[in-house]
Amino acid sequence: MQKVNRLQPFFENLVFERDDDTMIINFGPQHPSSHGQLRLILELDGEKVTKATPDVGYLHRGMEKMAENMIYNEFLPTTDRMDYIAATSNNYGFAHAVEELIGLEVPRRAQTIRMMLLELNRIISHLFWLATHALDVGAMTIFLYAFREREYAMDLMEDYCGARLTHSSVRIGGVPLDLPENWITKLSKFIDKLPSDIADYEGLLDQNRIWKMRLEGVGVITPEMAQSWGCSGPSLRGSGIAWDIRKEEPYELYDEVDFDVPISTTCDSYGRYKLHMEEMRQSIKIIRQVIGMYYKTDPQIMAHAPNYISAPKEQIMTQNYSLMQHFVLVTQGMRPPVGEVYVPTESPKGELGFYINSQGGAYPYRLKLRAPSFWHTSILQELLPGHYLADVVTIIGNLNIVFGEIDR
Amino acid sequence: MRAYQNKKNVQKKPYYTDRFWVAPQIPKEDVSSDEIFAKDLEALKENFDIKEAYIQRGQLVVYIGANENVEVITFLKNQLDYNFLNELSAIDWLEKSGEFEIFYQLLSTTKLKRIRIKFFIKQKEEIRTVSTIYKSADWGEREMYDMFGVIITGHHYMKRILMPEDWHDHPLKKSYPLHGDEEASWYEIDKIFGKDYRAVIGPENRDSSRVDENDTYNFARIHHEVPFGDKPSKEIVHTDYQEEGGVFLVKSLKKADSKILKERP
Repeated sequence: MQKVNRLQPFFENLVFERDDDTMIINFGPQHPSSHGQLRLILELDGEKVTKATPDVGYLHRGMEKMAENMIYNEFLPTTDRMDYIAATSNNYGFAHAVEELIGLEVPRRAQTIRMMLLELNRIISHLFWLATHALDVGAMTIFLYAFREREYAMDLMEDYCGARLTHSSVRIGGVPLDLPENWITKLSKFIDKLPSDIADYEGLLDQNRIWKMRLEGVGVITPEMAQSWGCSGPSLRGSGIAWDIRKEEPYELYDEVDFDVPISTTCDSYGRYKLHMEEMRQSIKIIRQVIGMYYKTDPQIMAHAPNYISAPKEQIMTQNYSLMQHFVLVTQGMRPPVGEVYVPTESPKGELGFYINSQGGAYPYRLKLRAPSFWHTSILQELLPGHYLADVVTIIGNLNIVFGEIDR
Repeated sequence: MRAYQNKKNVQKKPYYTDRFWVAPQIPKEDVSSDEIFAKDLEALKENFDIKEAYIQRGQLVVYIGANENVEVITFLKNQLDYNFLNELSAIDWLEKSGEFEIFYQLLSTTKLKRIRIKFFIKQKEEIRTVSTIYKSADWGEREMYDMFGVIITGHHYMKRILMPEDWHDHPLKKSYPLHGDEEASWYEIDKIFGKDYRAVIGPENRDSSRVDENDTYNFARIHHEVPFGDKPSKEIVHTDYQEEGGVFLVKSLKKADSKILKERP
């Protein structure tokens, strides 16, 4: 029996003495397979889960509160810390929302660069997902292979923005830098090689007996369930609903590129695995097309909007008015018009939405982050009961949840 | 006399605003400009009391009565085919009118349309749950309660979600300071040792660059190392960290023998 005192309160890690022979265990919050600080209170009958109660909030930093106390440009690096696996997609989601709020046209070159970065981030995120998911299920080889490729992709991100994890590689109104020399060559080299790597992963996993036994028929999300719980991204497409915001409500230049929206009708973890693989191929396809588009654009990378966006550095250093305007924008911040927007984007995990309510001040009056993982975690209460304890790990890994964006 | 402080809104304010500054507005378009939205609104108007409706940045915004939220959302789901509830939350207007503004963000994947349902409630007013219609509202409503203290009736598990269960106040209210209130700063101390222990611990120092040179618990000073927790000394100590004769299996790096790659293979 535990000795309970003020310093060591009673933690219900295991309770055996229950009337109906069921057992309650705490899965997490410090569990390597919980992909962050997820505490799952599982009620087990033998090895079968009869009730699951996810408990989140261990990584809560109050980002929405912080946003209300920061000027718009100040908040952008904070969005890195949401889905830290694919930071650029958050930066982009926020920058895009603010651009919608002030009604800004982004130069075409910035759009092409953004699309390359976004798709590269999708590949990074999916590789990370595959690596950790496979590791959870017991396939360690895949972990090493996928991390190797992810490393190359992160090198590309590092070449572009100097950071590997928290990129902040997008600005409100464009991108901070044009692509460095040879970057496109390196990117082409990477995406030329990646399809054969994906084929390698599939060669190792597709017909792998253990992989199939662990994934097939596990974590079945029916289309009704997916709609009711507000699933998005691969979790929704894995339920046979072809909904991709890039396709349906295109932003940037997604309406000009040709790509498919893969779906899976099996609704299980294995189907979602195939889906992720196919999505990486589609990302490669998009990047290939965008590279061609990049060369046909003018060199302007930041929007021209003196009320909201600073002038290029060269101009700030030479022109008095640009310097004054830059000073005001840095010290006081831009003041978007009064109104509200909800802007969804397709992040690697699903629908990443930013709701911004502006009252015409330099600080957003209310900013709500709609992070896909939050809603995907809530589905665990319905998804887990009926599964075995070992499948819990598979399902958590398969849903691709990241705690930076659940707790925010 | 102490200077007046607005306790209802302690958020950061811009240090300067031009006297003649008038913020521009995002245009509110008429609903008749969009065919699908016009039809939806008409259907809504037949059944419910719609207070205001307009299109802003391509999304329909509809203001309804607070007591009709469940009926309107059921209608939107079953009759108008809005099959997703993407987001719901509140906006704090307590300073201005003593009200919360609640919004539900819905999506129809068949019509490719997004609609925002909004209404105002008084601070202590309760609203009915929509988690029976969309299960995604389950956690959304819990978060709304956690962050704003909006009480929802009929919810199956109305508990805080992000903050601890015994947390004082609701952090996203404008009256809640960014760095937390007094209860927040003493939360762990109060819980573990009791309130009396506050005096022993003393106020928290938030200066992240502060270094106490007498503190040997958290800092070691090079060439003045002392055992953990001992009093600091001025004596110069030279410690050799490399074991004599090397360590088993660990080779020391010889730069001349190593090969440096220009780029990754």
